[in-house]
Amino acid sequence: MSPARAAMALLAVLFLSVPLARAAEPDPADWAGLTAKARGETVYFYAWGGEPRINAYIGWAADQVVAKYGITLKQVKVDDTSSVVSRVLAEKAAGQTSGGAIDLIWINGENFAAMKREGLLLKEGWADKLPAWKHVDVAGKPTVINDFTVPTDGLEAPWGMAQLVFIHDTARLATPPRSLAALLDWAKANPGRFTYPQPPDFHGTTFLKQALYAVAPDRAALSAPVTDASFSAVSGPLFAYLDALHPVLWRSGRAFPQNSAAMMQLLADGETGIAFNFNPAAASNAIANGELPETVRTYVLDGGTIGNTHFVAIPFNSSAPAGAMVVADFLMSAEAQAHKQDPNVWGDPTVLAVGSLPADEKARFDALDLGIATLTPSELGRTLPEPHPSWTTRLEQAWSARYGVE
Amino acid sequence: MTGQAGKPGLALQLAPGLTVVLLILPVVAGLSGAALPAFGYLPVLGGEHFSLDPWRMLMAQPGIWRSAIFSYLTALAATALSLGLVLGFIGAWSETRLFALMHRALSPLLSVPHAAAAFALAFLIAPSGWIMRLLSPWATGFDRPPDILILHDPLGLSMIAGLVAKEAPFLFLMTLAALPQTQVRRHMQVAASFGYGRLAGFFKVALPQIYPQIRLPVLAVIAYSSSVVDVAMILGPTLPAPLAVQLTHWMRDPDLAMRFAASAGALLQVGVTAAAILTWLAGERLARLLHQRWRVDGGRMAADGAARAGLAAATLILIAAMGLGLVGLVLWSVAGFWPFPASLPPAVSLKTWASALPQLSGPTGTTLWLGLAATLAALVLTIACLEREVRTGRRPHRAALGLIYVPLLVPQVAFLFGLQFLLIAMGLGTSGGALAFTHFLFVLPYVFLSLGDPWRAWDPRYAQIASGLGAGQWRIFWRVRLPMLLAPVLTAAAVGFAVSVGQYLPTLLIGGGRFATLTTEAVALASGGSRRIIAVYALLQMALPLAGFVLATTLPAMLFRNRRDMRPGHG
Repeated sequence: MSPARAAMALLAVLFLSVPLARAAEPDPADWAGLTAKARGETVYFYAWGGEPRINAYIGWAADQVVAKYGITLKQVKVDDTSSVVSRVLAEKAAGQTSGGAIDLIWINGENFAAMKREGLLLKEGWADKLPAWKHVDVAGKPTVINDFTVPTDGLEAPWGMAQLVFIHDTARLATPPRSLAALLDWAKANPGRFTYPQPPDFHGTTFLKQALYAVAPDRAALSAPVTDASFSAVSGPLFAYLDALHPVLWRSGRAFPQNSAAMMQLLADGETGIAFNFNPAAASNAIANGELPETVRTYVLDGGTIGNTHFVAIPFNSSAPAGAMVVADFLMSAEAQAHKQDPNVWGDPTVLAVGSLPADEKARFDALDLGIATLTPSELGRTLPEPHPSWTTRLEQAWSARYGVE
Repeated sequence: MTGQAGKPGLALQLAPGLTVVLLILPVVAGLSGAALPAFGYLPVLGGEHFSLDPWRMLMAQPGIWRSAIFSYLTALAATALSLGLVLGFIGAWSETRLFALMHRALSPLLSVPHAAAAFALAFLIAPSGWIMRLLSPWATGFDRPPDILILHDPLGLSMIAGLVAKEAPFLFLMTLAALPQTQVRRHMQVAASFGYGRLAGFFKVALPQIYPQIRLPVLAVIAYSSSVVDVAMILGPTLPAPLAVQLTHWMRDPDLAMRFAASAGALLQVGVTAAAILTWLAGERLARLLHQRWRVDGGRMAADGAARAGLAAATLILIAAMGLGLVGLVLWSVAGFWPFPASLPPAVSLKTWASALPQLSGPTGTTLWLGLAATLAALVLTIACLEREVRTGRRPHRAALGLIYVPLLVPQVAFLFGLQFLLIAMGLGTSGGALAFTHFLFVLPYVFLSLGDPWRAWDPRYAQIASGLGAGQWRIFWRVRLPMLLAPVLTAAAVGFAVSVGQYLPTLLIGGGRFATLTTEAVALASGGSRRIIAVYALLQMALPLAGFVLATTLPAMLFRNRRDMRPGHG
């Protein structure tokens, strides 16, 4: 620190209380100091609460961190992550720079991009300085540091992996169509038996992106921010595909399920024959919960399906940043990751490089039985990266302009 | 004035003013919080100058006018249908055994949350729903659900049905509460002696006395129906969705620039609701003109048997649909895999209940204290206002009365975000007190609505006698008026409590998510879409309000079991 800066810091400490708080910001690289500071803190973890298994897993993690670090972890179950982003935004607008309601958020994609852009996250990167980071599979799973192509800069810690898998009932459909072109043919032969959630639902937009990969002449353009030129290059073939598909969709495309859960329910009721989900273990989970028949299996498309990573992030005004970092570290640990990947618990794939783990920790993963309808990592095959987040907005707008008004 | 009139204490004098300020201030403040970004001002997102850009963004949304017009029309249609059914049924069947039976069946429906009612109806009428399952495959030949558009239909018929199923019971109870203050019974007897049919007698003679009493609840139904989100998401059209649903999507758009358009949309929603209410008021005038002519045209309509049967059938269908839907919810809550077209789940388990129950103590406790605090505050203020009225003999001005209903008439989405912002700025971003206060905003109008009429209808001669015996004002209140009015007080409390239990958006926004109630848990878990979990939580959400209603009806009977004339149903 230069003398001038040191003098300024001293002045700030003497005269202003806010910079004083800044000076005490937790340092993720100082693990002993961090855990000491975190002890006794309560961490409010805002996480989508629509799946009891996931809620139960977070409950398990809470039991662990209170025993290990003396941190009280409380899940705030939300129905939509963007409402959490709104809350942080409102707090910033109202000038609340510390003691905010939210300490940790389950997040990725557009929501992360928006929070990073608007300065709603803890300023300094912290995730890559945590002890558990060293086993994160940065080389094998590049999306752990590029969230929908946006560099994470350590502002969020990877929590789990997702890949789009298609789900079909083998009792009704033995050999499912393994490309989007084949899917169109199948839908034409079986009108009313396929649909996708209505964009801007996350899964619906993902289907559009998957279709984008099928028709895009230049895939590299998808990783860059969208421009009028790059969009018009792909919008023609994309809409030609959707124009052909919609008349043979469920309800002839006059109504769409509102989310992935509704689409899964249609599969369960036999209204449709194919659904898709971002959690590779979703079908096994649904069978175990009695929500899908035991004859259901998953598959991926030839040429790969879209995959991404989901993360936990800390808002700029978290009331317990040290506790939040320690929790994030625990969630990345081999113990927590292996427990999470157990299909009887959640079945969410790990962000770690399992091969690089010490033998005893690696053994936890090797012992897992992934579940009857879950593909192995090699069967899942290669993943396609998420396009740049700007594509999402553009796709949603274009879809809604073309199909949003009957 | 009688001997009981006198100058009430200062606290009572101030009560009406205080009530109106407490209700209006947050709504106005919240609305201005939405108005600024609607005109481009929101510095945190770089909006530092006023402009009309948010409105241009809003108008550029595909189908925006269709969404707005749809919300306007469905609100009017659902309200007209609910009111017509309720008035028709009461006119045709009041004071019959069928009526008493229906009364008992309709009241519990009030404690069914809107979203649960919508799910129940959806499961009944969907192509994969229970009716189709009962008829398949033997009658229909379907072994898979047919591909027909029933839910999410573009005309909004299933959404209107869902709204009627919830709003008709509400209007029914409000109308029943108003009846004792009118001379309906005697007037209908006179009309009958002149040879008028039941329906003609009711609509020609009784309606003009009843309608003014239930007008505010009717307007509240219009406001609610025009801005409803959950029912619209489950049953309403999607291409495009009704305005309030669109608004929710924009508020949640990760592209934060959409917040500007969403704020403009919130003001548009206020406009749509206001337009629907104004249309209704204009319709009232027209109806009054037509009614004046029709009333004296001498038509007796003595043979109204078919119409009466039709009204009974429509009411029965409504109750049966909700009843069946609720049974469907119970079945789903214990169902294993339940394929189409099985009419009953082949496997049954208590797994979903077993996993939900251990999680419930926290949310149940929060729901209870929030509801009780908000209801108690609302009761105290309502009773203070009504006491002042009774003691001074001055009824408040109509406009002042209307102000109490402002939190019901202004769509929640339009002012809650602004209110949240203000509370955060005041350092009350996660305060339990602020949250309870927000619940109170929505509870008070309903408590006032349920308690006002019985309080005013109370015979003042009881007080005169007590006063003649030397009792002071407060002694009269504690020893005579309150015990005699205990039943309506408890009913009002039960209604208020049920309203508090049902609040989702205020609980999430004002409490910052830190206060988990049964309803916030239910909505969060429902986002996962499992019918079993939705069913379990819908039933749990119903349980507390239902317990409230049961307490409200049984407590007076127990307390006054040795006073024959104070038992319910007497006098």
